[in-house]
Amino acid sequence: MKEIKVGLATCGIAAGGMLVYDELKKEIKNNNIEVELKKTGCMGMCYREVLVEVKDDSDSYLYANVTPDKVKRIITEHIINNKPVKEWIIKSKSINKEDAFFKKQKQIVLRNCGIIDPSSVDDYILNNGYKAIQKCLNEYSKMEVIDIIIKSGLRGRGGGGFPTGLKWKFANQAAGDKKYIICNADEGDPGAFMDRSTIEGDPHSIIEGMMIAGYAIQADEAYIYVRAEYPLAIERLSIAIKQCEERGFLGKNIFNSNMDFKIRIKEGAGAFVCGEETALISSIEGKRGVPRIRPPFPANKGLWGKPTNINNVETYANIAWIIMNGPEAFSSMGTEKSKGTKVFALAGKIVRSGLTEVPMGITINEIIYDIGGGIKDGKKFKAVQMGGPSGGCIPASMSDLKIDYDEITKTGAIMGSGGLIVLDETTCMVDLAKFFLNFTQNESCGKCTFCRIGTKRMLEILERITAGAGKEGDIQLLEELSYKIKNSSLCGLGQTAPNPVLTTIKYFRDEYEAHIKEKRCPAHSCVSLLTYTIIEDKCIGCTLCAQKCPVNAISGKTKEPHKIKQDACIKCGLCYDSCKFDAIEKI
Amino acid sequence: MTELKKSDFEKKTIVDFKRDLINKRKQHGSLIPLLQSAQDSYGYIPEKAIYYISELVGIPSAEIYGVITFYSQFRLKPLGKHVIRICEGTACHVNGAKTILRALQNELGISIEETTDDGFFTLLSVACLGCCSISPVIMIDEKVYGKLTTNMIKKIIKEHKKT
Ligand SMILES: Cc1cc2nc3c(=O)[nH]c(=O)nc-3n(C[C@H](O)[C@H](O)[C@H](O)COP(=O)(O)O)c2cc1C
Ligand code: FES
Repeated sequence: MKEIKVGLATCGIAAGGMLVYDELKKEIKNNNIEVELKKTGCMGMCYREVLVEVKDDSDSYLYANVTPDKVKRIITEHIINNKPVKEWIIKSKSINKEDAFFKKQKQIVLRNCGIIDPSSVDDYILNNGYKAIQKCLNEYSKMEVIDIIIKSGLRGRGGGGFPTGLKWKFANQAAGDKKYIICNADEGDPGAFMDRSTIEGDPHSIIEGMMIAGYAIQADEAYIYVRAEYPLAIERLSIAIKQCEERGFLGKNIFNSNMDFKIRIKEGAGAFVCGEETALISSIEGKRGVPRIRPPFPANKGLWGKPTNINNVETYANIAWIIMNGPEAFSSMGTEKSKGTKVFALAGKIVRSGLTEVPMGITINEIIYDIGGGIKDGKKFKAVQMGGPSGGCIPASMSDLKIDYDEITKTGAIMGSGGLIVLDETTCMVDLAKFFLNFTQNESCGKCTFCRIGTKRMLEILERITAGAGKEGDIQLLEELSYKIKNSSLCGLGQTAPNPVLTTIKYFRDEYEAHIKEKRCPAHSCVSLLTYTIIEDKCIGCTLCAQKCPVNAISGKTKEPHKIKQDACIKCGLCYDSCKFDAIEKI
Repeated sequence: MTELKKSDFEKKTIVDFKRDLINKRKQHGSLIPLLQSAQDSYGYIPEKAIYYISELVGIPSAEIYGVITFYSQFRLKPLGKHVIRICEGTACHVNGAKTILRALQNELGISIEETTDDGFFTLLSVACLGCCSISPVIMIDEKVYGKLTTNMIKKIIKEHKKT
């Protein structure tokens, strides 16, 4: 029997996935055919959403950019008459098509994403689900499990890159009869969606990873801290947990092993700093999410003062695979100190934005060109931003850099949790630094003076630079403040907040100087430094720009060149975007 | 296989909030879930809910107020009928979120954190909706709209005005 799957993660639904799903359902019913119609998670190619996969006994065919009106043809030609609609298929063995997007990928974390129905525990079980936890319970001692994870070389995927096995060992050795497991699904980096996609596509893999961690450190209670902006992820996790409870996978005496394990979901309440582990714990305890000094580390003193192991979503999603395939299979991938794979959320000025899982050691170039298809609209590649507000920009000239925790740290950026924002020539680096500073300044919890006030002063300097009022010495002042904030902040938020500024100064100092000395934005992006003018020779007087202008700053007679009143212009760019004759100039 | 429906996790009513108050008051760390429950029920956190919670959980109302203002999710004012969240995350920022924001402001006549006079729309900003691959993005109530252009904004708002 044929099987049809529709990718219905948040991105798929936003692209109209439910409409396609309903149409498929209707057509299947109308034609009275026997096929299995399934919902699944993110297939990774968000840029080609809605994605529909048709599977028969011998092959699978991936249809991209499906709209409700394409459904009829797929059903009649492919499902009923066995003739795949070749021109809409982007991936299939038998018609020799494999989209380049998938070629360099290696899927461990995303092994089930876009393949199984995330709200079906049976689907997960059919794909080797919950075998790893049973293997641990039946065959391995707690220390053996920890040794396997240590040997695999897995490092925390939440940004810090701390060896996971070692962390488990500390929590295992910590004294106390009550211990906790926490999964950090706060995903605060604006521009990252790996954890959301993983949860939406395969919630059980995270639950299983947490169970194994629970076994290894002897914890019987766990929390998943999910940001409230992810309603679908929360819903799918709730369903998954409920199903596990019904099956006896969660609760008392799980898998008849004498182990008790309970998982609760805690919804975040919208504070970036709560992604930091000690702040997160404080937030679960119902308090303001303010970080505290470490040590003691959560492994010794965590939730309610008890030993606690906290890992990221992606870290947990790796665990069951490592147990089933052995640590060597995992450590055979990657570089000397960074093993396995990493999931990246590709976004920004890139042709194929989406979710991609690649082996460590691949170069940034390979990700951007081979997987991501290069820069959108034929523009020039300028830099990638990695690590969000704690990270930095790596310039195009260094893009043969290998994906490796330590190599990336050397550039001044960080691996981070996997947000990879691609920037082109139209992105102003000073503006981007300002964007991140604005973010961290808002999100600083206020505890440390330098983080609270220092970031504010830095933001003010960046604001005046982008407004054309930058002063000689501003760059030095930014650098000085950066080092002070880094050295005198308690948690990672403040310690890393200056990174976006420092890396852009390091690699794009000339842009800062152009703003300050020449009052010019080389990327033509800083509004205050722009002027729009109409090129008389090119303007045919079609009046379109005058109609679009929201402040009536453009005047002129029909069929005669128009003019922009500079003092009325708010520089919104609507005229520039609407002109069909390239008659408006932006300088 | 157990079929679970979305309705199992649907929005709360005031009765649910009162039930949550009773059930959760003794749980460790129940303050934030209770505030979330109050907000789900009323659409915001009314002053009287703060006093209820304070009395039941035994935390001073000033401390509760401190928690409410710490987290951006909590609101002390009622929301409009439709809540529009505009993403100002990195991907959306580099893909023109500012232009979208301007279009929204023009269309609605309000700025971020404000509600229209007819009580139809509240405009809020969020740091990232996790749909960066289809940026720029807005979310109206629980529905996400991606790959936006200024022209689409007009249409989307019009659609919502009808309902
Ligand atoms: C300001 C700040 C924000 C953070 N946000 C996140 C986050 O959103 N998700 C996450 O997994 N880790 C985040 N972390 C890292 C956590 O503190 C912690 O290191 C991580 O959850 C440990 O898991 P891992 O070892 O599996 O990476 C953040 C750290 C800081 C300092
Ligand atoms: S940056 Fe807007 S959805 Fe992520």
